[in-house]
Amino acid sequence: MLEIFRTIFGLPPGASSFADGVDLLHLFVITITLLGVFVITLFTLVFVIRFRKRPEDDSTPRVRANGKREALMTFGTLALFLLWWVLGYRQFLVMRRRSEPADTVYVTAKQWMWKFSHSQGQIENDVLTLPVNRPVELIMISRDVIHSLYVPAMRVKQDVLPGRYVTFWFKPVRTGKYPIYCAEYCGIEHSNMIGQVRVLTDEEYRNWLNDAARARPLASVGREAAVKHACLSCHTVDGQKHLGPTWSGLYGSDVTLANGDHVLANAAYLTESMMDPASRIVAGYSPIMPTYLGSLDPAETAAIVEYIRSLQDAPLHPTVPLPEPQALPVANSPARSDMDVRP
Amino acid sequence: MSGQAHASHFESGARQADATLLGMWLFLASELLLFGGLFALYAAGRFENPSAFRQGVALAAKTVGSLNTGILLVSSSTVAVSVEFLRRDQRHASVICLLTTVLLGAAFLALKFSEYAEHFKAGIRPGGAGPFFATHATPGLALFWTLYFFSTGLHAVHVSIGLLLLGSTAWRVSQGAITSARLYSLQNVALYWHLIDLIWVFLWPLYYLA
Amino acid sequence: MTTVAQSPAASASGSYVTSQKTIRSWLLATDHKRIGVMYFVATSLALALGGLFALLLRIEHLTPGPTIVTALTYNRLFTLHGVTMVWLFMIPSIPAAFGNFLLPIQIGANEVAFPRLNLLSFWIYVVGAAVVLGAMWLGALDTGWTFYAPYSAQSPSAVVPTLIGIFIVGWSTILTGINFIVTTHTMRARGVDWMRLPLFTWALYGTSIIQVLATPVLGLSLLVVMCDHAFSWGLFDPTRGGDPVLYQHLFWFYSHPAVYIMILPAMGVVSEIVSTFAHKNPFSYEAIVYSTLGIAFVGFLTWGHHMFVAGMSSFDAGAFGVLSMLVAIFSAIKVYSWVATLFRGSIVMATPLLYVFGFLLLFMFGGMTGVAVATMSLDVHWHDTYFVVAHFHFVMVGGTLTAWLAALHYWFPKVTGKMYSERLGTLGFALVFGGFFATFVPQFLLGNGGMPRRYYNYPARFQTLHVASTLGSWVLAAGMLLTLGYLSLALVRGRGAGGNPWNSRCFEWRTQSPPSEKNFDGEPQLSLGAYDYTTPWRTVQRTQ
Repeated sequence: MLEIFRTIFGLPPGASSFADGVDLLHLFVITITLLGVFVITLFTLVFVIRFRKRPEDDSTPRVRANGKREALMTFGTLALFLLWWVLGYRQFLVMRRRSEPADTVYVTAKQWMWKFSHSQGQIENDVLTLPVNRPVELIMISRDVIHSLYVPAMRVKQDVLPGRYVTFWFKPVRTGKYPIYCAEYCGIEHSNMIGQVRVLTDEEYRNWLNDAARARPLASVGREAAVKHACLSCHTVDGQKHLGPTWSGLYGSDVTLANGDHVLANAAYLTESMMDPASRIVAGYSPIMPTYLGSLDPAETAAIVEYIRSLQDAPLHPTVPLPEPQALPVANSPARSDMDVRP
Repeated sequence: MSGQAHASHFESGARQADATLLGMWLFLASELLLFGGLFALYAAGRFENPSAFRQGVALAAKTVGSLNTGILLVSSSTVAVSVEFLRRDQRHASVICLLTTVLLGAAFLALKFSEYAEHFKAGIRPGGAGPFFATHATPGLALFWTLYFFSTGLHAVHVSIGLLLLGSTAWRVSQGAITSARLYSLQNVALYWHLIDLIWVFLWPLYYLA
Repeated sequence: MTTVAQSPAASASGSYVTSQKTIRSWLLATDHKRIGVMYFVATSLALALGGLFALLLRIEHLTPGPTIVTALTYNRLFTLHGVTMVWLFMIPSIPAAFGNFLLPIQIGANEVAFPRLNLLSFWIYVVGAAVVLGAMWLGALDTGWTFYAPYSAQSPSAVVPTLIGIFIVGWSTILTGINFIVTTHTMRARGVDWMRLPLFTWALYGTSIIQVLATPVLGLSLLVVMCDHAFSWGLFDPTRGGDPVLYQHLFWFYSHPAVYIMILPAMGVVSEIVSTFAHKNPFSYEAIVYSTLGIAFVGFLTWGHHMFVAGMSSFDAGAFGVLSMLVAIFSAIKVYSWVATLFRGSIVMATPLLYVFGFLLLFMFGGMTGVAVATMSLDVHWHDTYFVVAHFHFVMVGGTLTAWLAALHYWFPKVTGKMYSERLGTLGFALVFGGFFATFVPQFLLGNGGMPRRYYNYPARFQTLHVASTLGSWVLAAGMLLTLGYLSLALVRGRGAGGNPWNSRCFEWRTQSPPSEKNFDGEPQLSLGAYDYTTPWRTVQRTQ
């Protein structure tokens, strides 16, 4: 039935785990809408015919509104609208809060293309290759203006903002190729900022991974970036406390902040720590970390996060000597490179 | 009541006074919403960048700011007094008070512009431009100063308009075109001035004290 | 028409039209009726221009690739279409034109509270409109009528001149709102109490409240974008501590109430026409009044429903969703009341009522699709697609423009003293209604399919629906041109309409057509209610 509905109303195939629920709610809403319009039109027509002017009419009776009936119709309609809100909000929350473990893909939107960085290291331009039936979480940022990643077949959309990471997830349930559109006007080539989600079977996906295996894992890219930007002069990878918290076992752990709050050390927190380190300092450490906003591009940032993630279960080697304390990196000037696009 | 004719479409002078005052209050409501948006921007900015905003406030010229607050408060009383004088048909006194208000307002503007000059000299310019921001890199700081220039600048534009209104009203009172029978003409300008004062009283703690 | 009840016979002293005949007396008029007519002409020109832009956009969409314009031009055209229609037509069209003409008459006054301010408001509008359109010469802008940051700060186009023009027009809106509120409070004739006011007056009152309170926030948004663009102040630049989503909050805080500025007066028109042509008191006068005020108030609380996927917290999004459902109820109440007003009425079909029925159907469908996009999970799919475009065109064109046409056909005899051809009116309605349907129903399907808005090129599979929509736009345009034609003809050669060709009880029909300069000769006779159809007409005539 849902397929018939989709055909009649021009909906794309339902390719994500959200699609059926969303389309069912859509069907509910549009059916009642059409019914309501039909009923009102019918009443209007009946009244127009039944109460058309007759020659003998010189006045009309004063009809008093029945308060109870008015209230019933009003609150009945309100109840209907609120029912739709409840159903929609519940679905919305599911779309916002991922409840299953998911693969991570980092997305960079820029005028006028999409860049997808997989955690295994593959980088794709405008195409997002995914395995079927596995949830994927997209961590997204824009290099310039607001874009919006929209995959109609998956019934998902999320604005992609500059200066801030936003996350959303979905689970593709059908193989196939599905268009990606940019859904927020972003300049002259806005309508050409088109991509594609390629959903493969497990076997096809594995083959693709192998083909792309010549790309280095993101985590090792991250390790190189961490060395290059001198992160390791303050952060150890073997559990020793140094000028900054150790990265060993950090990812996914519960961290106590200087103000007593607790925070989960996930990708969002780690990213924020690189971009705005002063905002949430870990208890027991001084606020001396400089910001890397502007000096680390989103791909490097993602890679470093992956590197830290790869150290989740890193064994501790307390005998590894600490690096020589070096002069701290000079405070970076506010971003005037990647993030700041001037025409 | 001295027999000054009311506009022909009003049934009485009292009705015209009511209407004009109501109109003025509605206009003031719209001005409040104009600045309300700016206060909302400040609130959001402060929420996101608390330490940067505190840093910005610390650098503000507190003495000049407080002096300006005092000047505006006094000017609000002088304009209120001028209304009272005109109510008692003491035209001369009313004009003197109005002119005093104008002088105080002009002093406010002069101090404001000297403050801007000081900021510019220190390398603080709107938009995070200016050499100051090269050495003070906290992102929210640029936002604080830009909001400061925007809010106080918009306020200064309103002060300037107020001065023009006060000046022309003083002239019309002195010429006898506005009398106690048409007190609302003066009352409306006074209301406008009070609003400008009120807005400053909120800008002052946000940008100078907190 | 049956009995043409002549209220005070067209007096020998003439009317507001004939009292003075120079151009100067029109351009510098402080007579609210003349100002209303001037607004009508100006806003109609804006409608024609905005419509022309729309036709060009639709022709471009006949093919998936480039058709008649470049991407640059297309992007500027859709922005201009939005800007022109929203600020130069939709917002002033009913209040400033019809409102100015009718408000004093409907409350038994002979003028608005501030006639010279009224004239100033008109000229401010004209200057603002000229600046906006003049900015076209500088290449206009391509940000969309929503000017989202940070693109609006970066777009290499005439952002600042256009925004200056809109800022100026905003002043006209605020001053008109102030004028109407004060007029309603202080200029009512003796015996015209608040709960005896015509419903159109109530609609104007609610609209004016929104105009006064919401427009300044637009002014601020425009100022901020201007500074960001001209001086690179970066108030919404994340690298300088700004937040681009904050711009959206600021903008929509005005722009959502703005759509209620556009629909409330239309609803007022519908209330009047339903009662007049059904010869019946409104089913629930109180419900209409309170729902008007309800929309004016709750309309300020729903702006976030434009931003469900913009990066807000789920909780905030949910709150905006609930409030949006609440504001929709007020419109539902009105629809029920209008239809129920027909019950036991004595209905006469005429062009104004045809347009009102068109309004009922289209507004109801458009409004319900509004409730649909307020259903949050559904909006994730529909946001920024043609579904939303179809939704708001249903309520703005199917709603407001239809009501504007209804108002035009209803009050034409009052304003001009002439009557138009009923047959051509019916034909015009058929073309407009049919053309509208054919233009915008395909757009719902386009949105369902995932077609985003503001797209110059589009995937080929959407072409059939686009072509259908474009053909519909030609029928709609034909209907509008036909209407322009026969109304112009009626202006010159129409037969005389009396003071009350529709047999309405509402107050404006107790004056001559066209009204005299002072509206009423002496004290207006308004003791009989504006919706009192229980009294036989003969009795009414005797009390006049």
